Amino acid sequence: MKLSEVMLELDATTLNGEDKLNGEIARCGASDLMSDVLARPTDGTLLMTGLTTVQTVRTAKIAGVVAVVFVRGKRPAPEVIKVAQAEGMPLFSSPYSMFVCCGRLHARGLAGLDGRR
Amino acid sequence: MRGVDLYDHPPYARNLADGGSNQTVCRYMASLKKFFFIKARDFVHAGEASIHIQNLLKSMHLDPALIRRIAICSYEGEMNAVIHGGDGILNVNIESNRLTLEIIDEGPGIQDIQLAMQPGYSTAPEEAREMGFGAGMGLPNMKKNADDILIESEPGKRTRACMTFFLGLTKEVQ
Repeated sequence: MKLSEVMLELDATTLNGEDKLNGEIARCGASDLMSDVLARPTDGTLLMTGLTTVQTVRTAKIAGVVAVVFVRGKRPAPEVIKVAQAEGMPLFSSPYSMFVCCGRLHARGLAGLDGRR
Repeated sequence: MRGVDLYDHPPYARNLADGGSNQTVCRYMASLKKFFFIKARDFVHAGEASIHIQNLLKSMHLDPALIRRIAICSYEGEMNAVIHGGDGILNVNIESNRLTLEIIDEGPGIQDIQLAMQPGYSTAPEEAREMGFGAGMGLPNMKKNADDILIESEPGKRTRACMTFFLGLTKEVQ
């Protein structure tokens, strides 16, 4: 599934990374715990989270996450978006809850981090 | 954050700048050492050193899975030093066949290393938990991803974590 299709499904706003919407996503993870993101096979995945700190961006970058969706309409501070721009990490904001975001993407065929549905 | 080059073999640096291949880099490389300062409780800049290292390794065209393991260990160690350690330093030493990460902080040290290595055990403050850390998974994750790990600590003084990665070795991480 293309990132652009993910964004449409989640009615998401692009905060950074308009040039990367053609990227492909097959697996997704949802967590507010960055330790979990680092401990799981998150490379090449989409991360959904409610945590909007700069460490979310750095954790995503280190873990090889392709893009980050902030749920419940959350938006990080401008300086966090600036760091994401510098690191080439696309950021999106969806008005839906974590549960609904996950459900919508699962219904479209996306799998969890381990590839299972 | 820019690291400080302790020793950078000139032909190696030129090859990186030219986008030289891994083979070319290895032929010329003696060793590359960098160190980074880690400031306690500086959550704004925490992780910059590890991202710098990750980008450096990408420019060397190392195996992406190996880069991920190294970057995760570096980041977990860096965050540990920021959260627990007082000020510290992160040393990275890249040789032709292996890479070593060394993180030394100025305390307060680990009272019981065996206990600290157990998944779920944490003494992290609320501030770290708000950043998504402090779940007691840092040291176990470092152990899982490194080819070799040594943790030394003097309670009340300092902690030294040293991790080695063999550049030609593939490790399956569950």
